[in-house]
Amino acid sequence: MNFYAIRAIYLFEMARTARTLMQSIASPVLSTSLYFIVFGSAIGSKMVAIDGIEYGAFIVPGLIMLSLLTESVSNASFGIHMPRFTGAIYEILAAPVSALEIVLAFVGAAATKSVVLGIIILATARLFVDYHIAHPLLMLLFLVLTSVTFSLFGFIIGIWADGFEKLQIIPMMVITPLTFLGGTFYSISMLPPFWQTVTLFNPVVYLVSGFRWAFYESSDISVGVSLAMILVFLFICLSIVMAIFKTGYKLKS
Amino acid sequence: MTIALSINGLSKKYKPDFQALSKVSLEIKQGEIFALLGPNGAGKTTLISIVCGIVNPSEGEIRVNNCDIQKDYRKARQQIGLVPQELSLSMFESVWATVNFSRGMYGKPRDDKYLEDLLRKLSLWEKKDSRIMALSGGMKRRVLIAKALSHQPDILFLDEPTAGVDVELRQEMWAMIRELRDTGVTVILTTHYIDEAEEMADRIGIINKGKIVLVNEKQALMKKLGSKQLSLELSTAIPSIPSSLANYKLELLDDGHKLTYTFNSQDEHNQIPALLKSLEEQGIEFKDLHTSQSSLEDIFVSLVGGAK
Ligand SMILES: Nc1ncnc2c1ncn2[C@@H]1O[C@H](COP(=O)(O)OP(=O)(O)OP(=O)(O)O)[C@@H](O)[C@H]1O
Ligand SMILES: [Mg+2]
Repeated sequence: MNFYAIRAIYLFEMARTARTLMQSIASPVLSTSLYFIVFGSAIGSKMVAIDGIEYGAFIVPGLIMLSLLTESVSNASFGIHMPRFTGAIYEILAAPVSALEIVLAFVGAAATKSVVLGIIILATARLFVDYHIAHPLLMLLFLVLTSVTFSLFGFIIGIWADGFEKLQIIPMMVITPLTFLGGTFYSISMLPPFWQTVTLFNPVVYLVSGFRWAFYESSDISVGVSLAMILVFLFICLSIVMAIFKTGYKLKS
Repeated sequence: MTIALSINGLSKKYKPDFQALSKVSLEIKQGEIFALLGPNGAGKTTLISIVCGIVNPSEGEIRVNNCDIQKDYRKARQQIGLVPQELSLSMFESVWATVNFSRGMYGKPRDDKYLEDLLRKLSLWEKKDSRIMALSGGMKRRVLIAKALSHQPDILFLDEPTAGVDVELRQEMWAMIRELRDTGVTVILTTHYIDEAEEMADRIGIINKGKIVLVNEKQALMKKLGSKQLSLELSTAIPSIPSSLANYKLELLDDGHKLTYTFNSQDEHNQIPALLKSLEEQGIEFKDLHTSQSSLEDIFVSLVGGAK
C-alpha cells in the first residue's frame, strides 16, 4: 500500500474543500435550513403527525439525506473531474499507486466531507425542530455508508462526464427528483398502492427509510432491507470503479 | 553498460484507427542524456506517456531497470520522473503544496530539506507560497520540473522542457540537466530545438510518423551525415556555372556572386584542390571563402523530409 500517496490525495482534496468552504458547507446548510423553516416550522405546525412523529421532525432524516446525496455526488465528481480537465491527472496516472488507493483517497475525502456536512446539518436542524435519535450508532452507520456509496457514484460520474454541464446534470436531474420522490416529505404509505410499488424501484427510498428508522424506529421498509440495499448499491459502484481502472476507460487512451 | 530503459516492439493504435507508434524498439543506457527528435505528431509524447503509464500500449514490452512497467508497475514507476509537455497543474495550489503532493504520490515521506534545496536550485523558493496560477509560464515549467524531481527519480523524462522558456533560463536548465546526469540520473528529453539536442545529448534518436528512423551517438551522427560546404564570394558575378565544372556539386547563388560547393567532411579525397585549380583555369576569381559544417538541423530535415 502506498499510504503516502493516499494521504497526499486525501489532503489535497481536503485543502480544496477548505478553499471552497462557502460553497461546500455554508450553502447546503443554508438551503437545508430554509427547508426546515418553511416545511418544518411554518407548514409543519399545521400538518398532522405521521406515524406519531411531528412533521418537522419527520422530514429531518430525509432532508439530511438530500444534502448528503447531492453533496457526495457533486463533490466527488468534481474532485476527479478537475484534474482530468486541467491535465493534472497525469501525475496520478503515472504515480506508483493502485486503482484502489486512488479510489480510497478521493472517495475517502469526499465521504469525510459529506459526513461532516451531515452532522452540521443535523445540529442546525436542532435550532428549528425538536427530534430525537433512537439509535445514534446506526444513524452514523447509515450516514457513513450513504456518503461512501454516493461519493463512489460521484467518482464514476466525474470520470464519465465530458464537461461541466454533464457533471451538474446528474445531481440536478437524477438525485434531487429521486430524493423528493423518495419519501423525504411524506410516508410511502400515504401513496396509492400503484405508486407505492413504483416507489420501491427508487433506491433513495431505502436510504431515507432506513435513516429515519435510526431516528424514530418507524419506517416504511424494514431497516434490514434498507441496509442490504445500500450495501448492494455500494458494491455495484465499487465494481464499476474497478472496471474503469482496469480498462482505463476515459482515463487512459 | 547497464540498460536503464528497454522498449521492445512497442506499438500504439489510438481509437478509432490511428497508428501513432509502430514497432518501436529502443534501449537507453543508464546515466546518458538521450534526445528524441521528431516533427509535430511524430509520436514523442505518446512514447513517453506509455513508458510513464499514462497511455496504454497496444503491444510491446517495456522494462525500467528490468522491471516490467505493467506487471511490476510500482517498482518501475517509482524510478521515473516526468516533466510533461503541457503545463498541467492544479492552479489553486501553492508551489510548496504541489511539490509535497508529488513526493507523496511516489510513496516518499516528507523531506523539507530536500524540497527546499530543489526549489532553491530552480529559483522557486521565493515563490513557494504563491498559488500556481500567479506564476509566469517559465516558472510553471520549473514547477513541473520540481514536481518531477521531488521523489529523486533515477530516470527523468523531459517532454520539451525548454518550450516557452527564455534564453537565460534555458542555459540554467541545461546546466541543471547535466548536473543531474553527473549524479547518475538517466535523462530522456524531447525537443524541437536541434541546438538543444546538439548541446546536451550523448545520443540522439529521430522519430517520424511513429517509427524510429535512426539512433546514434551524437558525435557519430554528425560525422557520418555531416556534409560541409565551401562558399566562395566571387569577385565578379558569373551568369552560369561553366559546363567544365559540371561534375562538381556546385550551386550558384546571389545572382552569380556566390558559388557553393558541397562535400562530405568524412571524405578524405575531396576535390577542393582540383576545384580551385579548375576555377583558376576558367579565370573565375574569388575574394573570400569559408567552409561550414551542416548542423543536426540539416541532418534532421534531410532525414525526416526524405521519409515523407
Ligand atoms: N489521445 C489521443 N487520441 C487520438 N490520437 C492521439 C491522441 N494523442 C495523440 N494522438 C495522435 O498521435 C500522434 C502522435 O502524437 P504525439 O503527441 O505523440 O506527438 P509528438 O511527437 O509529441 O508531437 P509534438 O511535437 O507536437 O508534441 C498525433 O498524430 C496525434 O494526433
Ligand atoms: Mg509532444
